[in-house]
Amino acid sequence: MNKILRVNMTDLSSKLETVPAAWAGLGGRGLTSTIVAAEVPPTCHALGPNNKLVFAPGLLTGTPAANSGRLSAGAKSPLTGTIKESNAGGTAAQMLARLDIKALIIEGIPQKADTWYSLHVSMAGVTIQEETELIGKWNFDVIEAVEARLGKKTGLLTIGPAGEMKMTAANISVKDPDSKLRSHGRGGLGAVMGSKKIKFISIDDAGAPKVPIADPEKFKTAARTFAKALLEHPVSGEGLPTYGTNVLVNILNEAGGLPTQNFKVGQFAGADKISGETMHDTIAARGGKVKHGCHAGCIIQCSQVYNDKDGKYVTSGFEYETIWGLGADCCIDNLDDIARADSIMDDIGIDSIETAVMFGVAMEAGILSFGDSKEMLRILSEEIGKGTPLGRILGGGAGSVGKAYGVTRVPVVKNQGIPAYDPRSVKGIGITYATSTMGADHTAGYAIATNILNVGGYVDPLKKEGQVELSRNLQIATAAVDSTGMCIFIAFPALDIPECLPALIDMINARFGIALTGDDVINLGKHILKVERQFNIEAGFNNTHDRLPEFFSTETVAPHNAIWDFSDAEIDEFWNF
Amino acid sequence: MQITVKLFATFRNGRFKLDRQEFRTGTDCRTIVLGLGLKEEEIGVVLVNGRHAALDQVMLDDDTLSLFPLVGGG
Repeated sequence: MNKILRVNMTDLSSKLETVPAAWAGLGGRGLTSTIVAAEVPPTCHALGPNNKLVFAPGLLTGTPAANSGRLSAGAKSPLTGTIKESNAGGTAAQMLARLDIKALIIEGIPQKADTWYSLHVSMAGVTIQEETELIGKWNFDVIEAVEARLGKKTGLLTIGPAGEMKMTAANISVKDPDSKLRSHGRGGLGAVMGSKKIKFISIDDAGAPKVPIADPEKFKTAARTFAKALLEHPVSGEGLPTYGTNVLVNILNEAGGLPTQNFKVGQFAGADKISGETMHDTIAARGGKVKHGCHAGCIIQCSQVYNDKDGKYVTSGFEYETIWGLGADCCIDNLDDIARADSIMDDIGIDSIETAVMFGVAMEAGILSFGDSKEMLRILSEEIGKGTPLGRILGGGAGSVGKAYGVTRVPVVKNQGIPAYDPRSVKGIGITYATSTMGADHTAGYAIATNILNVGGYVDPLKKEGQVELSRNLQIATAAVDSTGMCIFIAFPALDIPECLPALIDMINARFGIALTGDDVINLGKHILKVERQFNIEAGFNNTHDRLPEFFSTETVAPHNAIWDFSDAEIDEFWNF
Repeated sequence: MQITVKLFATFRNGRFKLDRQEFRTGTDCRTIVLGLGLKEEEIGVVLVNGRHAALDQVMLDDDTLSLFPLVGGG
């Protein structure tokens, strides 16, 4: 991959640049974070002309390597004020990789305040067109219209009304192989795209060559070993394809780490009704699809297609964090209503984690009652989707509604909603929430693996010992994996099967004809975290922002009566590397 | 003694979700696991009263035993 495609929305120009030597070895998160840190003033307004939105496929994206089709998006986040990287599946990453585009950088803001645009990326470069017809449209209508205009195979990145209205929980949606959606969910990147007045980016890779591989034989051997590890590990080979990520509801509930009623308690009476096991049986009985991949070449297939009682499609990519948040955290045990909410969130283009955490806070504020799924559905489409004053407060996420309504129990770090795992009873993930450069983000260092799931060893979730080191090691490894274009679920086999990680490194070496070692990859992870951290420091963040909300230290959580009891110095030890 | 046994994911196939069972005092997790027709190497996570436990942990009256294959997500 040799090209940087730079689009300037201020003067509506674009240019192709060669890749600077310093960026040549980077991809995915490593590249998006490096570009944002190099080119975006940390103190800029995230929705102003000085922020940039950067997309980059990973180092292995576009190759036959299993599960390598993730796209990284980066910018300064309007939600957190920190640097932000959010990656997603869908078809766009592989198309950009085949088009030889290492990164797409979008900068500036159009001078005409009321004019919207679309971008079209192809072998001919990029065109910037004025868009009128699809402004105000929800995402599924956008997909239908763009496919009618440009063809079924067209890749698509789009924002819904949430992004157009610059709500700080807005996501960027990516079309998947079935013309449904995947999301760059976290951190309000949809608002950044909306601020640049881009409704959608279409991609056509017709005529693009295959991604070149320097040593095809070595690549093939490594790819085979890697795929074998993914299929052999019980989590990636059996659990995820059968039950999806939602298999976690029951185990977190049993372990007392399933945040319920806006993080009041750690177990939910209705857990079984919203569990992965129940969802599996429901999908099978209604003729849906139990397994499904978010991009071509995914062999884990953790996604699914969820139908209603009459066998009609409702949603896909129906994830644990969404189901936990609208379910346990909002005390809703109706999986059909949660599925409808998931579909509306895709359609209006809003982060399903931030929005789920937000609803827990909104229920505590009394805007609606815990358990009221019908009102939740109405609010999503009628208030947030239409951008009423209440909808805009709610579309700003958990912190926004907490502030507007004087709620003191607001589960956020750096203003980003805490997902799906109570940090008091699963302490390793609490360290990740506190220290991540992204704000509260479970994927940044998924300590659940080792605290709860017995993957990569075991560290007692209820004790402080070993958690800082665990989170640090995971965050370093994740930053590196996020640069390859790999799905983060390859971490499950990588943590347990000794051949897996060397095979991943061999694939990178074979792809580029280089000789990275395991240490090089770890150093890359460390470097990325430090680049991101430095951006945040220059944006005004310091150690005191690496903290959980006060209530986690003053309220215990049942059933283990666990409390957040790390000292500031213990947390700050995280950055000692 | 009475033990509540809860099974999850594939362990439910051909078995049950939740059962209250009678065991002799001093029974450990492993005995219960093997009695269910599960193999030791199939076991991913063992929780006794919501806390991670080893298979040789001795059960007490009224304990809850939750058994999972290796699962994950996130």
